[in-house]
Amino acid sequence: MDAPHDGLVVVVKQDCPTCVLTVPVLAELAGLVVYSQDDPDFPAEVAGRVYDSELDASHRLRVEIVPTLIRFAGGLEVDRTYGWDRVEWERVSGRAGLGAGLPAMRPGCGAKNVEPGILERLKVRHGETGIIARRVAIGSGEDEIEAMFERGWSDGLPLVPPTEERVLRMLGGTARDPQEVVGVVPSDLVEATVEKIAINAVMAGCKPEYLPVVLAAVEAVLAEPFAMHGVLATTMYVGPVVVVNGPVRRQIGMNARGNALGQGNRANATIGRAVQLVIRNIGGGRPQEVDRATLGNPGKYTYCFAEDEEGSCWEPLSVERGIAPGKSAVTVFAGYGLQGVVDQKSREPESLTRSFAECMKAIYNIKLAPACDAMVVISPEHERTYREAGWSKQQVYDALYRLTEMDGDDLVAGAHGIAEGGPASYAGRKIAKFRQGGLMIVRAGGGAGMFSGIIGGWSASGERGSAPVTKEVKG
Amino acid sequence: MTALLDPTAERSPSIRPRLARPPTIDGLTVGIVDISKARGDVFLDRLDVRLQERGIATRRYMKPTMARPAPLALRQQIGTEVQLVIQGLAD
Repeated sequence: MDAPHDGLVVVVKQDCPTCVLTVPVLAELAGLVVYSQDDPDFPAEVAGRVYDSELDASHRLRVEIVPTLIRFAGGLEVDRTYGWDRVEWERVSGRAGLGAGLPAMRPGCGAKNVEPGILERLKVRHGETGIIARRVAIGSGEDEIEAMFERGWSDGLPLVPPTEERVLRMLGGTARDPQEVVGVVPSDLVEATVEKIAINAVMAGCKPEYLPVVLAAVEAVLAEPFAMHGVLATTMYVGPVVVVNGPVRRQIGMNARGNALGQGNRANATIGRAVQLVIRNIGGGRPQEVDRATLGNPGKYTYCFAEDEEGSCWEPLSVERGIAPGKSAVTVFAGYGLQGVVDQKSREPESLTRSFAECMKAIYNIKLAPACDAMVVISPEHERTYREAGWSKQQVYDALYRLTEMDGDDLVAGAHGIAEGGPASYAGRKIAKFRQGGLMIVRAGGGAGMFSGIIGGWSASGERGSAPVTKEVKG
Repeated sequence: MTALLDPTAERSPSIRPRLARPPTIDGLTVGIVDISKARGDVFLDRLDVRLQERGIATRRYMKPTMARPAPLALRQQIGTEVQLVIQGLAD
């Protein structure tokens, strides 16, 4: 039954105490059309009731609260009120003395048609999503997961099917316009819209509240200094490593502690995966095509973790890189793998730093310097040594740059019986393993274990290749 | 039937036909592009010598870094100055 040309409509649900309270009033209003959202027999006392089983009428009437009373005149809505408020109901209905035995006012309840999950389904059915991506029809006999593999959308693992409902819910995670361009994705140099990124975030398994972090990470890897095309195309191991700072880490339940770089946390796992899917699907960057990696690394499925700011005596990475304290941010780094730094005996910062430095000299090849940028992930039990000695993060940086300078005599090609190495001009000089500004320290990991890690970078680090980029997470 | 939203750029790959090979390189100018990979110059220097021995004019170009695509201005310069290009892709 459609809404009347002239007259009153009310939308109710049996599950709402205020709706139940107003039943005597509904019976008083002759000619009233009552849409019931959840029970075909409610309210039993009213003849003109319509079961809005699919909630289409409620949706068309834009009902958000039940009961909602609407008056139509000449086919158009002319007035409405919601909840129970005698004065308002009398004004809208034009009838005096309604609900004599009822309290003057009671707040209403949330309408069923705007419940999460239901609203998205209604918007899809009514063509109101605003999503412009091409719809790909999957036959009823086809397996959706297999169909996505066959279309080349997958990184090798099963994907969550990006239905219009799921993508709409994902877009609800940000206030940004779905058609806003976040960046230009290599290698096809295609503009990535919020909508296209949301589709890939659905496939990666993200929840809507992760989307702002995914958007910031995509924006960061597409920023010019990151040189995403080169990171994609290189024969070396690297891919984007995403470090998350600020309140959003806890809001979305990221892991910064035990096994922070490992499996088991949905946000960590799916945010990094979404970034890779964006490169693959929007930019067309696929292994053995433009991605020329010789070996790659397992982090190219996903490589994302949070810094344990609460456990750290140092400022967060994002603050060090210019983001205001208390703001959420992502930092992306072209990195690969994890090289352990095991030191269970050092109790003095000088000794521990020498351990770090010796391990770091081995990145790529102990004969190669300068090598690449590196991210040092310091575990709680190692950080404790610096904390108790009162070392600032800057002191650690300074010591690491100094202690990773190497004797050129050891680096010259052929030295120590290894053909790899630097030019003869290295002889007699000190050669820096890392460029100034090429190291980043992050604090993460579980409480037990004197085990830190080094994430190596790309030989083309800095201005001649990829430099780390930090972006604030916007809503 | 289920409808999924396309996660790709929705572009058909644009396939451009290759230029026809010239019947001879006599009288043409050959661009030799060094992409700044280690030892690429060793290979390209040798080619340069061999071409010049045959009386073929060459021009040398160099990308600022192998890690990034060639700047547009460089690509345009190459396109206007030579008819053939030889590029050393790997070390």
